[in-house]
Amino acid sequence: MPDETTMPTTTTGAPGGRAVSTPLLGGESEPTLFEFSHPGRRAWSFRTTGIPEVPVEDLVPAIHRRTAPVDIAEVSERDLVAHFTRLSHRQFSVDLGAYPLGSCTMKYNPKVCDTVAGLPGLAGVHPAAPASMTQGWLALLVELEETLCEVTGMAAATLQPAAGAAGELTGLLLMRAWHEAQGSVRHKVIIPDSAHGTNPASVTLGGYEVVTVPSDDRGCVDMDALRSVLDDDVAGIMLTNPNTLGLFEEDIAEIAAAVHEVGGLLYYDGANLNAILGVVRPGDMGFDIIHMNLHKTFATPHGGGGPGAGPVAVSERLVPFLPGPRPVRTGVDDVGAEFTWATPERSIGRVHTWHGNTLVLARALAYILVNGGDGLKRIAQVAVLNANWIRRRLHDAYDVPFDRPCMHEVVLSAKSLKAEYGVRALDIAKRLLEEGFHSPTVYFPLIVDEALMIEPTETESPQTLEALARALESIAAEAGELGAEAMAAHPLVTPVRRVDEARAARTLIPTFDART
Amino acid sequence: MGTYIPHTDDELAGMLAFLGLSSMDELFAVVPEAVKLQHDLELADGVGEPDVLAQMESFGGRNRARNDRLVCFAGGGAYDHEIPSVTQALAGRSEFVTSYTPYQPEVAQGVLQAVFEFQTMVARIAGLPVSNASLYDGGSSAVEGVNLGVAATGRQTVWVSEGIHPHWRQMLATFAVGTGHRIVTVPLVDGVTAWPDGPDGGDESPGVVLVGYPNYLGCLEDLSTVRTLCDRTGALMVVGADPLAAGLLRSAGNWGADVMVGEGQVFGTSLGFGGPYLGLFACSSAHLRRLPGRLVGETVDVEDRVAYVTTLRAREQDIRREKATSNVCTNQTLMAVTAAVQLGWLGTSGLVEVATRCARATRYARDAVLAIDGVTPWADAPVLREFAVRLPRPADQVIERMADAGFLAGISLEGAVDGGGHGLLIAATERRTADQIDAYAAALAKAVA
Repeated sequence: MPDETTMPTTTTGAPGGRAVSTPLLGGESEPTLFEFSHPGRRAWSFRTTGIPEVPVEDLVPAIHRRTAPVDIAEVSERDLVAHFTRLSHRQFSVDLGAYPLGSCTMKYNPKVCDTVAGLPGLAGVHPAAPASMTQGWLALLVELEETLCEVTGMAAATLQPAAGAAGELTGLLLMRAWHEAQGSVRHKVIIPDSAHGTNPASVTLGGYEVVTVPSDDRGCVDMDALRSVLDDDVAGIMLTNPNTLGLFEEDIAEIAAAVHEVGGLLYYDGANLNAILGVVRPGDMGFDIIHMNLHKTFATPHGGGGPGAGPVAVSERLVPFLPGPRPVRTGVDDVGAEFTWATPERSIGRVHTWHGNTLVLARALAYILVNGGDGLKRIAQVAVLNANWIRRRLHDAYDVPFDRPCMHEVVLSAKSLKAEYGVRALDIAKRLLEEGFHSPTVYFPLIVDEALMIEPTETESPQTLEALARALESIAAEAGELGAEAMAAHPLVTPVRRVDEARAARTLIPTFDART
Repeated sequence: MGTYIPHTDDELAGMLAFLGLSSMDELFAVVPEAVKLQHDLELADGVGEPDVLAQMESFGGRNRARNDRLVCFAGGGAYDHEIPSVTQALAGRSEFVTSYTPYQPEVAQGVLQAVFEFQTMVARIAGLPVSNASLYDGGSSAVEGVNLGVAATGRQTVWVSEGIHPHWRQMLATFAVGTGHRIVTVPLVDGVTAWPDGPDGGDESPGVVLVGYPNYLGCLEDLSTVRTLCDRTGALMVVGADPLAAGLLRSAGNWGADVMVGEGQVFGTSLGFGGPYLGLFACSSAHLRRLPGRLVGETVDVEDRVAYVTTLRAREQDIRREKATSNVCTNQTLMAVTAAVQLGWLGTSGLVEVATRCARATRYARDAVLAIDGVTPWADAPVLREFAVRLPRPADQVIERMADAGFLAGISLEGAVDGGGHGLLIAATERRTADQIDAYAAALAKAVA
C-alpha cells in the first residue's frame, strides 16, 4: 500500500469523475426507430417558398424516377426526440465520468468550443466561396497552422487530413514525394512493435513495406535491432514518442541520427502529443513529418468515433510537397485581402474534399487560445503527474511491466491475476464499468500481456484519481476472492451485459432489414 | 488564464510529494536535455473564454460568404439545406458528442444503435444491403470505393467520369501514387459521360468504373450504359450518388451498382466551410469482407437482449495491421448520428418532399436564369437541384458582383471541366424562395450585362 501520510488530501470533495449515480432504468432494449414507425406520421416542416408545385412527372424523366419512396420511418418529432434521448442515456461519455482510455486522451471538452463551432460566421460558410469572401476562415486557419508549428517545432503544416490515420497516409506520401525528388526509390518503412495499427495499414496504402523492430526490455526501440535493418532502401521510420507504453524514447537523438544517416526520414505519430506540450518538440527531436490528433491533444470532442482532425506538419525541406491548396498570407491587394489559397510547387495534391474538418480546427484554435502557451505546458505537466500518480498508487495491486517514470499514460497488466485466478484484463475492464468509470484500453499495446493502459488526462481531479485507484484496487482484491467465473459475469448493471461478439460476426446483421 | 485543470496548488504539491518529487520539471527527467525546449512556447498566454469567443466571432465577421448574409446558390457537393432545431438538439447531446469509439459495447449502446440505424438508412437509400459506419467525406469514400474495386477485380485501371466532383478526382490522383492505381478520366460531352466504345472499352480494361449521379454539373446520366460497360469489362460499378436526390431518383443499387459512395453533409450537417462532413459507403454483400472502416452489427447480450457491437473487426487496422482493408480508424460517427436524426425527422415522406422541393426550386431558378440575355445552358441533360450555365463573362467576376447584390451566386467551373471559366454551377435547395430566386435572376442579369 502507498504511504498514507504522503498521499494527497482527497477527503475534501467528492470525486467528480465517478458516474455511479447515473440512473440506468430498466432492463429492456430500446426499439429501433423503424419500430416506432406508423403510416402517415411525420415530423418535417419546410418554409413557405411560393414556388409553383410542378408535378414530379414534369421534373424528372421516367427512367430516372424511383417507383416507391425510400422507406425510412414515419415518426412524430416527439417520438424522435424520446428515442434519441433514451439512446443517449445508454451511452457513457466524458461529460458523464472519467474515461481513462489509454492512447485516446479523453480529456474534458470545453463547452466554449461547442459555441465556437456553432457561430453563424463560421458554420454558415460555403467551402467553395472565393477567398475574397472567406478572409475570416483563412485567417483562422493560418493562425492555427502557425500555432501548431510553434507547438511542434516544425516549419509549415497542412490542415486537410480529417483524422490521425489520414494524416499518417498524407505523411507517407510526403515521404515518398521527397525521396522521388531526390531521385531515390525506397521500399521500406520501419515501425516499432508497440505502434498503433494505423501505422502499418497506412504504410501499405503509401506503397511501402513494413519492417517491424522490437522493443527492448526497457520498453523502447531496440537500438541494435534498429541499426540492423537500416539501409538505403529505408524511406523512414514512424515513431510515437512517448510511445504507446507511455514511455519516452530516450534514445531519440541517436535514432534520428541513425535514420538520417541512411537518408531516411522520421515520422512522428502525434497520438501522444499531450504528454510533451511546451516541454519538448518533435521538430527539436529531429522529426521531419508529424501528425497531430486535435481530437485528443486539443480537446475537440471525439463524437463517439469522429470527427477528428489530423493536421500534418513538416520540416523546411518538405514544405514544397505539402497538400494544396493551402491558406497563406499575402500582401494586401486591391480588394483588401490578406490571405489566399496557394498550392505548393511540388504538392502531393489534395487529401480532403475541401479544406479539412474546419469546424474541428476552429474548436482546436479556441482551446489553444484559452489555455495559451503557459497553459499548454501546464496541461502536459499535470497529465504526466496524474499518470505517474496512478502508476505509483496501483503498483502493488497490478503488475507494472515497465515500472519507471512514465509520461501521460501507464500500462498496467493483469498477468498475475490471470495466472493466479484466471481473471483477465477484459474482466477488470468490464467490472470497472460498474464503478462509474470507463474502462482503460485493454490488450494494447500488443507487446504487453493482459495490458490495461490508463491515461487519466490532466482534467481528472485527485479525488477522481483516488476513487479510480480504489475501484481498481478493490477489483483486484475481488478477483482473488470471487474467482474467474464470478468476475466474467460482470457487468450486471449496465444497459446491456456482455455482448456476444462471435455471434455478431457469424450471423451478420448489419442493418434492420437483415433481421430474420 | 483559462484552465480546465481542477488541481489546486496544494493538491499538486501533495501528488508530487507522493512520487518523491519536488517540482513539475522532475517529471520530465527522462527527456534528454539536448532535445528539451529551452524556452517558453512563443504563444500568447491564456485568456478568458469571453475574450476567445470575441476573437472567434471576429474571424466569423470577416467572412462575407455566410448564409445568414449572402443568399446561398452554391452547391458542388455542399448544400444549404434546412437543419431543424430537433436535429441540432439531439445531435448536440453531449453523450454523443463526448464519447469515444464504442470499444466497450456495454456502455456504448447509444452510439452503436444510432449507427446501426444510420447504416440501415444508408443501405436503403443506396439500394444495397450493407453500409459502413461512415468515412471522412465524399471524396474519401470515393477513394475507398476505388480501393475496394481494385482489390475485388485485381485490376488497377480505374475509369473515372469527368462528372465526378473535381476535388474527388484530385484526391484519387493523390492516393493513386501510393497504391499504384491508374486513374483514367473519361470526358463529359453535353453534360454526360462519353464512355469509350469497343469490346473492352479501349486500351486497358478497367477494374473499376466511377460515375456521378447526379454528376458534378447536376446532370442525370443513364446508368444502364455504365452497367452494360461494367458487364462487358468485368469492372466494378461504383456510383457517387447524392443521397438526398434518392427522394426522387432510382437508387444506385437499382441501377446495378456494386458500390455507392456519397457525401452525407446534406443530412443535417452545416456548411461549416467544408468539414466535418460525412462519407457514405454502401456495397453489395459480395464485398462485405472488403468493407473499409467500421461496421456495427446486431447481436444479443448474455440475457438474450438485443445489443449492438462493432463487428467483422478482423478487417480493421488495429487487428490486421498492414493487411487491413483500409487504414481508417476515427471516422465521422457524430455526423452519422446527425444524419440518422435528420433522416428520422424527414422520414419516408420528408425525403420525397425535400427532393421534390429542391427539384421545383431548381426548375424555377433555371427557367429564370436562362431567360437572361447571353446566359445559355451548359448542357441539356435533365437536372435535379443543380444546373450549369454558360455566362457571357468570366464566372469569377460575376460571383464577385453578385456578392455585392447579396448572393453567393454559385461556383465557377474554372478548372472543373474543360473550358469552364465562363461556366457557373447554380444550386437551389428547398430553402430558396420564389422571391429570392426572382431577385437573384434580376441581379444576375445586371451582373452579366
